[in-house]
Amino acid sequence: MNPAIETHELRKVFGTKPAVNGLTLRVEQGEVFGFLGPNGAGKTTSIKMLLGLTAPTSGHAWLLGQPLGNRAALARIGFLPEHFRFQDWLTAAEFLELHGQLYGMPAPELKNRIDQLLERVGLAEFRRAALRTFSKGMLQRIGLAQALLNHPLLVCLDEPTSGLDPVGRRLVRDMIHELRQEGTSVFLNSHLLSEIEVTCDRVAFIRHGEVVRLLDLAALPAGQITVTIRANGITPQALQALSQWCSQPRMEAETLILTLPSEAALPDITRSLVANGVDVYSLTPQRMSLEDIFIETVGKDGGL
Amino acid sequence: MNRIWILARMTFREALRRKIVLTGLLLGIGFLVLFSVGFHYIIVQVSQVSSAANSGDPTGQAASNITSTESKHAILLAGLYAVTFLSVAMAALLGADTLAGEIGSGIIQTIVTKPIRRSDVILGKWLGFAGLLGMYFGLVAGGVVLSVWLQSGYAPNHLALGLALIYLESLLIMTISLAGSSAFSALATGGMVFGLYGLAFIGGWIEQIGSILQNSTAVKVGVIASLIIPSEALWRRAAFEMQTPMGAMMGGMSPFGATSVPSPLMIAYACLYLLAVLALAVRSFAGRDL
Repeated sequence: MNPAIETHELRKVFGTKPAVNGLTLRVEQGEVFGFLGPNGAGKTTSIKMLLGLTAPTSGHAWLLGQPLGNRAALARIGFLPEHFRFQDWLTAAEFLELHGQLYGMPAPELKNRIDQLLERVGLAEFRRAALRTFSKGMLQRIGLAQALLNHPLLVCLDEPTSGLDPVGRRLVRDMIHELRQEGTSVFLNSHLLSEIEVTCDRVAFIRHGEVVRLLDLAALPAGQITVTIRANGITPQALQALSQWCSQPRMEAETLILTLPSEAALPDITRSLVANGVDVYSLTPQRMSLEDIFIETVGKDGGL
Repeated sequence: MNRIWILARMTFREALRRKIVLTGLLLGIGFLVLFSVGFHYIIVQVSQVSSAANSGDPTGQAASNITSTESKHAILLAGLYAVTFLSVAMAALLGADTLAGEIGSGIIQTIVTKPIRRSDVILGKWLGFAGLLGMYFGLVAGGVVLSVWLQSGYAPNHLALGLALIYLESLLIMTISLAGSSAFSALATGGMVFGLYGLAFIGGWIEQIGSILQNSTAVKVGVIASLIIPSEALWRRAAFEMQTPMGAMMGGMSPFGATSVPSPLMIAYACLYLLAVLALAVRSFAGRDL
């Protein structure tokens, strides 16, 4: 099966300033993928390139196995832009009808789908109301409905919860869960970590237009901690001995970083290190949230 | 084609919903009423003068008939000239805001990410506006012609061809405006279009006066202006087509007539010009980062 999104060294330069600098990533079908980074990191530009709104300066990308701009692929993709504005002189139903027609959906199918989606986003009673009378939250709902009209295989959401109240955010989250259950891929652009944390399977951290880290959230269960150990004389045997508690110990200069499912193994780890002749100076367990990882990854300056 | 049609209908519906058409029509109707009333009093005056002038003298009768026809024609042409200006203004404004506005607001983003070509957007909008302008122009210009005919029984020669040429002028302006809007802001586009229209207007007058004075350099300046933008040339050809036999003998020497007549070649050029600008709009929009 083709990946939902595959990019290779995608670059976009505005003038002399690179907005996206060699983006390489792969999103599998059925995966909910978070695209996380500080403001100005190139998230929106990346999504715009994927959807053909902006031409890449260089590099290649494929959506659902097709090169960028392929209309057959676009017919199976839903998109909700960041600062969405819609034709506010249309009513909710007319708006969905217009977009469904642009997707090339046959009229009877489209009619059913519109009823179904208006119901789903809780706007059924507003179907004849003009969008200009809608609140921000209602517009976001109709925007989401618009992105799901065509039973997409891939949905790209750019900051879908920004400016939404908790009810609206909950709706977005629930819909993403539903999409995952239906096997739809979701590419979620956000800087709201809590959103990403509860919805995504994997996360790419992006900074200065580059992926700086990929994280599998499914493999980062709740309660996980990171232990920073300052020590001298760490030998390969000592590292080897740690593998029963931690699969990937990381060495950074004089410190050893371990990611553990819980604190329970800490005394055993200490004993093992000492037994292998390591001088331990300090051992600091930290509960990692996505926010910590975010700050750790993009830096406290937010990637400025 | 289907997607172009969907977008054309959307464009049409937008103009209706946003009361653009309503405002235009109300002003158009206001104009028609004013024109009809004015024409009525002039006709009354002209017929009084001519009946006083000829007391049974057949030569005088013929002369006054000509005068009467000439004045009706002159007023009709003045009316059509005003309608042309209204249509051109409408064409410029419709085109100027459409893409620039939608790019600015982001409305365009959910449109062009659908499985359509970007050219569908341009062609759909063009078609929608062409329909709107046709409706508007047909109603107001048709109203002027009808008002003159009902009140005086006068109808100009080659009326359909004349009106078609004037409609083509508004299409040309709309196309230029749409092309500008695909690359620049609405304000810049509006400024550019009216600037070009003004250039054609002045160029036209220089050519007219040059032709009366038989100054070939002035005529050339006018022709060059028409090559830069052939809008005024279309109007002058329309005026030439519709002129009275007497007017033709006098070489179309009236404020709204045509002494230096644009050739059929210039009309063909205007058509090609329109197509080229439309192609430019498609091209500029296709390559643009949105």
